[in-house]
Amino acid sequence: MHRAVCVWMRVTLPWSGEESERVKGALKKKPMSLRRKRAIVGYLFISPFILGFLLFILQPLATSLRMSFSNVSLGGEAGFSMDYTGIDNYTRAFTVDPDFNRLLVDSLKDVLINAPSIIIFSLIAAVLLNRKFPGRGFVRAIFFMPVVLTSGVVLGLESQNSLLAGMSQLQTAETNTSVTSFAQNVLLGSFTDVGSGIVGFVLNIIDHFYDIVVAAGIQTVVFLSALQSINPSIYESADIEGCTAWEKFWKITMPMVSPMILVNWIYTIVDRFIRSDNQLMVKILNAAGVTLEYGYSSAMAWVYCVAMLLIIGVSVWAISKVVYYYD
Amino acid sequence: MINKAAIKRKITKFTTTLVLMILMFGLCFLILQPLLNKISVSLMAERDLYDSTIVAVPKHFTTENYSIAYQLMDYTNSFMTTFSVAMAVSVLQVCSCLVVGYGIARYDFPLKKFWFAMLILMIVVPQQTYSAALQLWFRNFDIFGIFRLLTGSTLDLTGTVAPVLMLAGTCTGLKCGLYVYLFRQYFRNIPKDIEEAAYIDGCGTLRTLFSIMLPDAIPLASSCFLFSFVWQWTDNYFTTLLMKSANLLPARLNGIASTLISYMSPVRPSLTYQNAISATGTILLLVPIIIVYLVAQKKFVQSLSATAVKM
Repeated sequence: MHRAVCVWMRVTLPWSGEESERVKGALKKKPMSLRRKRAIVGYLFISPFILGFLLFILQPLATSLRMSFSNVSLGGEAGFSMDYTGIDNYTRAFTVDPDFNRLLVDSLKDVLINAPSIIIFSLIAAVLLNRKFPGRGFVRAIFFMPVVLTSGVVLGLESQNSLLAGMSQLQTAETNTSVTSFAQNVLLGSFTDVGSGIVGFVLNIIDHFYDIVVAAGIQTVVFLSALQSINPSIYESADIEGCTAWEKFWKITMPMVSPMILVNWIYTIVDRFIRSDNQLMVKILNAAGVTLEYGYSSAMAWVYCVAMLLIIGVSVWAISKVVYYYD
Repeated sequence: MINKAAIKRKITKFTTTLVLMILMFGLCFLILQPLLNKISVSLMAERDLYDSTIVAVPKHFTTENYSIAYQLMDYTNSFMTTFSVAMAVSVLQVCSCLVVGYGIARYDFPLKKFWFAMLILMIVVPQQTYSAALQLWFRNFDIFGIFRLLTGSTLDLTGTVAPVLMLAGTCTGLKCGLYVYLFRQYFRNIPKDIEEAAYIDGCGTLRTLFSIMLPDAIPLASSCFLFSFVWQWTDNYFTTLLMKSANLLPARLNGIASTLISYMSPVRPSLTYQNAISATGTILLLVPIIIVYLVAQKKFVQSLSATAVKM
């Protein structure tokens, strides 16, 4: 009763200075306690993540950073001991190791060439799958299948097989190679250096087409859901204005799906970097698991991780400049 | 005149559909080809493998490869182990990720932005960066020195199932960041009014979660469960790292070539035959998850489409 009067006073008599301050205090008190309660409950909800983050991510990250600056030897009371050696592991990776620089450049090149191809392919595939044609559900199911099937150990075996296969039984891309190299000769023979980069890019897509299709499952579905959430009336009004399909794609579809390009880009880059058939990843794992050079392995992993974060940071900054948000 | 235009439109439509279908058939074949190839190789007798006139259809049809691969992989036992591990891990992962995603989506608390940023960091930083340290951490497992105080030495948890379960229960396991993100995205889109109405009607925090939020989230939770199960099923990285000697299908498949060599010694099996056996093993590994995928195919796709991922 008293509170209701106070509220009335505050609403109708805003100039009754001191009284209104007191009322504000009284009114504020209740929501504050609810907010605090909700904060505590919220922390309880995310406590598994906080625990896991501190124990199984932050702690190992710190250890691995320390290991990368030291020489790790197993045994002893704590299970292993570290002697600080400065940046020895890093200089070894960059200057002594014959493979590291080459593998690092290779995997960066692989990401920078294949990630855009995957994005372009998945966008095209999503646009096609969004059209009506017989058997669409079946085709969608098959497009998404690699996400489920070529994961984990299967992906590793796939590349191992193509490395080992002496016979043509398990080889699939035999003929592709010769076609593209032939095309390269014909095209680049007549062109000057101007277009060769683009031609190389396209030919590379053709060479790695299977890899690209297989890696594009999740991205295709994300683009597809974005396409389906576009309001059809936008297309209708474009039709009435006389837009061609080409114009509609660039003026409507592209801006509307551009936030998804950012999401897919990050997903693709991370996915490419941690693929189990990545040669540098294999080297890092072997250094830790087989030759037990934990310090050296950590140093290589950190260089790799920093390179990846740099690529993600720069590209996300660049892409977010052109992304269009409808709401 | 109108008739002509209609016919023209019809022809254009027919042609585009035809071209689209041919294109789609080609792409589908491209995706399925390795699998079909493996199936056909797995049904060939050994002499068929060296016959260059045989491409896809085996001349001497046999299921012998399957029985060899089945034995080499110790399939019955490793299937049961893999199944129970994948089941436990995915149930734990879905529960913990659901709770965390719900907390991040619906509650305001200090440092919320910070914890969300840490979640994104967890998604982006490859686990391989700190995997060596993680392995050492589990090899000499100890919480605040309690175990050393009690037993005199630290616990070696590698080789047991505990590390993987711990990671799953604390949202730091395989692709957990993705699930938390999906759940957060989903719960964020539920209108606040529903929650407030529940509070006014006297629902507590847990009651709101279990009777208001959870029933709607069941489709997403079940698809996350499927993803988690399938990815755990084929995962070789974490299982080799953290539970070395466990009898799991992916590890068995990875070592199938060397098992074959020691099984057939002193005769050394040819590389082609090794590949054929490992293709057969791959089929054996994939059969359960192909069945899961065919049954629940819509769920996999829907979960990603339903929670329109926006940044």
